[in-house]
Amino acid sequence: MKSLEELARIREEAKRQLELREGTGGPRIVIGMGTCGIAAGARETLMAVLDELGKRNLNNVTVTQTGCVGLCEQEPLMEVILPGRPKVTYGRVDANRARQIVASHVVNGNIIGDWVIARE
Amino acid sequence: MAFYRSHVLVCGGTPCLLGGCRGVKDALVAEIERQGLTDEIKVVETGCLGPCDRGPVLVVYPEGITYVRVKVEDVPAIVAEHLLKGRVVERLVYRDEAGERLVSYAQSTYYGPQKRVVLRNCGVIDPESIEEYIARDGYAALAKALTAMTPAAVVEEIKASGLRGRGGAAFPTGLKWSFTAKAQADQKYIVCNADEGEPGTFKDRLILEGDPHSVLEGMIIAGYAVGATRGFIYIRGEYRQSIARMAKAIARAREMGLLGRNILGTGFSFEVEIREGAGAYICGDETALIESIEGNRGEPRVKPPFPGVHGLWGRPTVVNNVETLANVAPIIDHGAAWFRSMGTENSPGTKVFTMTGDINNEGLIEVEMGIPLRQIIYEIGGGIPGGRGFKMAQTGGTSGGCLPTSFLDLPMDYDTLAQHGAALGSGALLVMDDTHCIVDIIKCFQKFFAHESCGRCTPCREGTVRLYEMIGEISEGRGTREHLRVLEELGRVMTVAPLCGLGQTAAVPLLSCLKHFREEIETHVLEGRCPTGVCKMGKAPVVA
Repeated sequence: MKSLEELARIREEAKRQLELREGTGGPRIVIGMGTCGIAAGARETLMAVLDELGKRNLNNVTVTQTGCVGLCEQEPLMEVILPGRPKVTYGRVDANRARQIVASHVVNGNIIGDWVIARE
Repeated sequence: MAFYRSHVLVCGGTPCLLGGCRGVKDALVAEIERQGLTDEIKVVETGCLGPCDRGPVLVVYPEGITYVRVKVEDVPAIVAEHLLKGRVVERLVYRDEAGERLVSYAQSTYYGPQKRVVLRNCGVIDPESIEEYIARDGYAALAKALTAMTPAAVVEEIKASGLRGRGGAAFPTGLKWSFTAKAQADQKYIVCNADEGEPGTFKDRLILEGDPHSVLEGMIIAGYAVGATRGFIYIRGEYRQSIARMAKAIARAREMGLLGRNILGTGFSFEVEIREGAGAYICGDETALIESIEGNRGEPRVKPPFPGVHGLWGRPTVVNNVETLANVAPIIDHGAAWFRSMGTENSPGTKVFTMTGDINNEGLIEVEMGIPLRQIIYEIGGGIPGGRGFKMAQTGGTSGGCLPTSFLDLPMDYDTLAQHGAALGSGALLVMDDTHCIVDIIKCFQKFFAHESCGRCTPCREGTVRLYEMIGEISEGRGTREHLRVLEELGRVMTVAPLCGLGQTAAVPLLSCLKHFREEIETHVLEGRCPTGVCKMGKAPVVA
């Protein structure tokens, strides 16, 4: 490293990796990962979400899982909570839907009404 | 850049290593791979997380769930339940005394009253990753010092902060630096004293293991401030983990151009080498440590001249403790006024303590200077096991004074404790409950000093052995009033006559016990019985 600019660049890059541990206050995505969810393909949904977030460099998004909420026939379930906004739950979220929800809802704030099964 | 949805932090501090955290980490990595989660979950070995008596400790982010006493057998459950399905494994979760689950370990009272400056990265970052250190504003202070401050301004900033030596002697760090800065020499040195030998103290070890770059950055800044271009870190040989992590930190910093020639393109050069100690308590004394680095027998030098002007190979040398150096970067970063906003007037900043003995939460903590002992023991420490009574706390390791119940509300800072014949010292906090016999305790202290005295000067070589003999006689029921008189007299002589800190403090715990627990000692001597009934004298009087 030969300059301050280089140090600053490394800092910015590394900072994004650490955000997860510091509680970003950014959007949260929760995926139903009970046995029912996994059987319905929640793992593929989750992988698609992670892949999409990685591609878009959305490091302030927290992805967590939850168990069965009782709506097994609607699995895989995916909840999106934008900061200061009510929780939106989507049903039957396959990998394709997951990518579109990230693009439309998480990035642009446009809820995809057709797939929503519950709102807070 | 890969996006991980979860980070699992595995505590890699020595107490957890001894508890088997390596096995847990390996099992975790294997299980995550078996479940096909490798691309989603990142496993990070980090520095000490604090609750050392509950190791091995894991923290799962983003939820911030802390698992304690994790065994290899528990790993499949954590992976299958928590990491795969998102269900917290309740039986392993870290709880407070009321049984409440601590959602985030930061909510615990254990962490609550703490203020983390030195331990800012400990248990948060991977200590072997220089990138993670930089992400938390690491090396920003070095960049600021090298590009925006003159060496004299750096010394002034440290002076203004009121930072005092954290190794125990509490000498003002800025003043120490200014002596070396003023001295004229062809070569000057920075030495980091990491020969933490005080029984019950393991903070330097955990700082070095948890955040080695913070110490390294402090050393480089110190070098710039005083005009030194070479540094040595003298680490106890037993601290394998500290040595390994520091060696890695040095190598990575060198690779990135933060150490070595022409740092950050500013023209300033600094080199650091590690020297391993061989386990002698005396080598924690700065002049004995210097002798040891030079390859000589570890014995203290006659002072003055002090190392600041005549140190390593006769050159001006700054010798600072690990924790002192870890404070340097934050002070340069945030300024002296920020540092002074913490702690007390004459002891600004924070202090790292290692709590051991009869206390519920043994481990590593950092608090503001001046916090009362009671709050440390009963709030952060969770009190004494079994609700037993408090007998005494020894601060500063074996060379520190013993504080009875009446001192529980004393603010913990350098001057207050010094006024009361105790020392804040290195930050060991040994708590003892009312089931211990004071004569037993003193005997244990004196045995340690008789063993560790280097033998160079007579008052210490002879004095430590005589003190041990006399307290031994008392413990065997052969004590007389004369023993008490001589113990006190010899003890007082020893606080001034020996050459170095070892001898000068060898009678400090004894003298404080004679003052605060006189009645109990006299009962042993005059009545031939032990009030607590735990030493071999027994509760009933010995019939002569």
